[in-house]
Amino acid sequence: MNKSTWLWLVLGLIGFCLLPWYVQEDGLWGFEWLVDGYPFDPDYAPALFLLMQGEKLWLLPLAFWLLLPIAAIGNSPKTVRYKANVLLLAGVLGLSWLAIQGYSIGLRGWNYEALATLFGPLDDRQYGMGAGALLVTAAFLFILTTGIAGRGAVNGDVFVVGAIGLIIAMVTVFIFFPIVQMLSSALRDNDGTYSLGIFLAKFLDNKIWGLNCLQGGTRCGVAWNSLFLAVLVGFSTTVLGLAFALVATRSGFKYKKLLRALTVLPIITPPFVIGLAIILLFGLSGSITQFVAELFNLQPTRWIYGLPGIYIAQMLSFTPIAFLVLIGVVEGVSPSMEEAAQTLRATKWQTFRTVSLPLMRPGLANAFLLGFIESMADFGNPLVLGGNYDVLSTEIFFAIVGAQNDQGKAAVLAIALLIFTLTAFYAQRRWLGKKSYTTKTGKGDGGMHVMLPRRVLLPCYFIAMTWGVFTVTVYGMILYGGFVETWGLNNTLTFKHYITAFGIGYNDFGIHFKGAAWDSFWTTLKIAATAAPLTAIVGLLTAWLLVRQNFAGKNAFEFGTMLSFAIPGTVIGVSYILAFNVPPIELTGTGAILVISFIFRNMPVGVRAGIASMSQIDKSLDEASLTLGANTWRTFTRIILPLMRPAILAALVFSFVRAMTAISAVIFLVSAEYNMATSYIIGRVENNDYGIAIAYSSVLIVVMLAVVGLMQLLVGRVDTRRRLSQSESKA
Amino acid sequence: MSESQFGSKAASVEFQQVSKIYGKTVMAVDSVSLHVEAGELVTLLGPSGCGKTTTLRMIAGLEMASSGSIKIGDTDVTHVPATDRDVSMVFQSYALFPHMTVLENVSYGLKISKMKKAEVLDRAESGLELVGLSGYGSRLPSELSGGQQQRVAVARALVLEPQVLLFDEPLSNLDAKLRRQVREDIREIQTKLGLTVVYVTHDQEEALAVSDRIIVMNNAVIAQIGAPRELYAQPVNEFVADFIGEANLFDAQVTDVNDTLATVTIGDMQITIAANGNAVGPARLAVRPQAIDLYDVGEPNSLSGVVRKASYAGSHMEYQVETAAGQVFVVSDAETDRTVGADVCLRFRSTGPVLLPPA
Repeated sequence: MNKSTWLWLVLGLIGFCLLPWYVQEDGLWGFEWLVDGYPFDPDYAPALFLLMQGEKLWLLPLAFWLLLPIAAIGNSPKTVRYKANVLLLAGVLGLSWLAIQGYSIGLRGWNYEALATLFGPLDDRQYGMGAGALLVTAAFLFILTTGIAGRGAVNGDVFVVGAIGLIIAMVTVFIFFPIVQMLSSALRDNDGTYSLGIFLAKFLDNKIWGLNCLQGGTRCGVAWNSLFLAVLVGFSTTVLGLAFALVATRSGFKYKKLLRALTVLPIITPPFVIGLAIILLFGLSGSITQFVAELFNLQPTRWIYGLPGIYIAQMLSFTPIAFLVLIGVVEGVSPSMEEAAQTLRATKWQTFRTVSLPLMRPGLANAFLLGFIESMADFGNPLVLGGNYDVLSTEIFFAIVGAQNDQGKAAVLAIALLIFTLTAFYAQRRWLGKKSYTTKTGKGDGGMHVMLPRRVLLPCYFIAMTWGVFTVTVYGMILYGGFVETWGLNNTLTFKHYITAFGIGYNDFGIHFKGAAWDSFWTTLKIAATAAPLTAIVGLLTAWLLVRQNFAGKNAFEFGTMLSFAIPGTVIGVSYILAFNVPPIELTGTGAILVISFIFRNMPVGVRAGIASMSQIDKSLDEASLTLGANTWRTFTRIILPLMRPAILAALVFSFVRAMTAISAVIFLVSAEYNMATSYIIGRVENNDYGIAIAYSSVLIVVMLAVVGLMQLLVGRVDTRRRLSQSESKA
Repeated sequence: MSESQFGSKAASVEFQQVSKIYGKTVMAVDSVSLHVEAGELVTLLGPSGCGKTTTLRMIAGLEMASSGSIKIGDTDVTHVPATDRDVSMVFQSYALFPHMTVLENVSYGLKISKMKKAEVLDRAESGLELVGLSGYGSRLPSELSGGQQQRVAVARALVLEPQVLLFDEPLSNLDAKLRRQVREDIREIQTKLGLTVVYVTHDQEEALAVSDRIIVMNNAVIAQIGAPRELYAQPVNEFVADFIGEANLFDAQVTDVNDTLATVTIGDMQITIAANGNAVGPARLAVRPQAIDLYDVGEPNSLSGVVRKASYAGSHMEYQVETAAGQVFVVSDAETDRTVGADVCLRFRSTGPVLLPPA
């Protein structure tokens, strides 16, 4: 057996014999278990010691499967094929046994009635998997992949097969498994029996699909609300984004750089902050509402709460995304095509109408679908501004929290939401994937872009200017709002909110962070800083496999890894609660579940950044390294990674920033111990404590601007925005 | 001389019925069998898409054969990946690692083979000396010219003393003047160190100049194997005749075969040349444009025709002549001065024409 097989066998044995098998209440790294009865106390004992005391006997087969390769092969001369088959067998047996025992025996003994009748009652229980179980699982996984490699997959490359196995295992456990768990909970009634009828009844409920509003009723179903909003937002953001993109690339406009700078804003803005600013402007005591009311002597109304408010907030939030996509599309139209049209006697307007615009069509459809998905998935703005206009993402949340706590209903709503986003995602990939007219690099093939004809340029200017001024006002509001006593009622300036949130005092132990927000602030930084490098690693490793390796089922692999892009955060949140609340994988209430949710929510960004930058590295560099005797692992670490430094930094920044601004999945997963900034702010908003919420939001924006700026400085001339625009347009 | 420390571990290469299929249907290499002697420089020559690069990459282990067996020396390497083969390759794009200095590039393979540090440095430096780049070790590849980068790539591959050294179109990124020099350098190092070299190119002139033997490939199969002179003088089919130095192809009539000599009629002209296995009946005749002379009207036993195009190319004149046997391309001395529309007669030089063997 080779070195890596031995390594994993030894690690597996360490996991089995030395590390605590079950999850530790106080965390593994506290090492309290070490001084508190280890290794004999059943709560802390490794599997070996449990078995020696005659407990948890169902773990015994695992020891056999671990020892199987050593017994069957040892160092005896056997054929390569035989060894590979033994490893494969041990891996499959080990992993399946782990899964079978994990799901059969839970906190209350047998998990299924059938098992109890079959094997008789069980007077025992088990908790979630701990460090020992995790290490044993990893060992079995890599023994399995080594076996597969030994049988000749991917030219017998152990590292590549191992990496593929790892990614597949993680995507399965943390994306597919929770979704399936959610589907199955939607299929069950309150007693836990499966019933398609009940599912259909719940799914086809009038509250979801009702069309009352068309017949003069008051409300339509939430699904229609979401759909209507998403189509509206997708369409509007595409038009606005196109106007911006045209002004930025095809006009003599002087402040193009400023225009591009606006695109950083949505990346560093928590999604609901725009909603807050809208309230400051148009709410009952909002500046503009008050101003207009006084001017025309009207009664201020709450008109902004509902469709108009969500619509405006989402347009503000997502137009920059459409802009990022479309700027690549507009630049990608080959100037020589336009020049050709002009030499064929077309006027500027005819060229634009008959050549440029049709060439952009797939890009426009792409921008529309992105806006559609973002709007569907958006949680923060509807939560803050929704009023009586219910949408799916928030309804899911209200089904879980509050008085209802109806997980089945949440699951059904989540499925409806998932159907919409997945359809859009599927359409985007299958239909648009093959239909790009623009050059891949986003660069034309020489020549100059034609300036816009007047009749297009003027409306574009008008739209872009209006929107630009509006955006600046909104962000001004946020920064200013944190210093106002009570918006609209008492407009005196004050530091009160900042002191309440971020006050620092001194006590006997030194600096004392006594502000109310510090706790969640540090947690957020800690979680985001943990998630960022992990996201980057998983994302880049996946990108490398996709770009550089060939293996069976690669297309499915790619689809699976990009899928989480189309799964709204609220759906992830609900499905994680349903899947990871009980053994064998018990994660709710920990910081780990937040980190994991960030890794898999943001993975597509890392993958896309990685793919974009890896496609620019000549493949013969890898091959040169291989022919010089380096193996794939060495080639990856010594050649690929150093050349990808800019992409790595970009992935780090994005995952860090996105982890800090996320709200939709987070709000389901936070706990008293691990509260995040965004959910703290939402909490303040719900208590009508706008001052602190806005002050805190400003601080977040400033912190993230600093992080992005610092990173840009570090990498020198790496333009992260451009990188994003490239990767987004590949979405 | 420090060069002497590169011993030769040169080994032979043997392909037996090797095929490479991409996907399910695309046949890139179709049951190719070939043999490269140890210490020999063999060129794989052919138009793009003929399978020559795939063949090279299968020797390197960068592609795995779909069927057949590959041997390097006495070892069967059919299923051995690139990392574990004792073969190095010089890439078309050079593939120098841009984040490493020249010296780091050259020592990369040596470090991996767990050599002692001092020896790595020593070997890398003598490798650079061999290609005439000592003193450039601390530069980055981007600070070198194309020709220098090329030589670093050669040094990087050489220092590992590979059993087989592979070149994938190594000259295609160099300008015309440099090409001649670099290919002479490569040939010189190869002969001096006695290396086994397999060299891929689509340029027939380059192939003729550097090779001991040439393997001409077309449509995934081998068209002909032979020494440069043999291929030029005795092409076995129309493809080789046309690909290696252009050739005019005529439909001819063999009227009589006497021992190994055949009497051949082309239009009004009659010549006697080696039969090459042809019997009486129709045959194909290949004639190099340089082996055709132009005469004034009235020349006996000749092909008469009309000059359709005439272009001056400095060292020579190129004519397109329309005859009863078809369009003929003729290369003459620069001194000849036939004008377009002139009536002329064509005659073949005695060593020029070759009867292609019957298919």
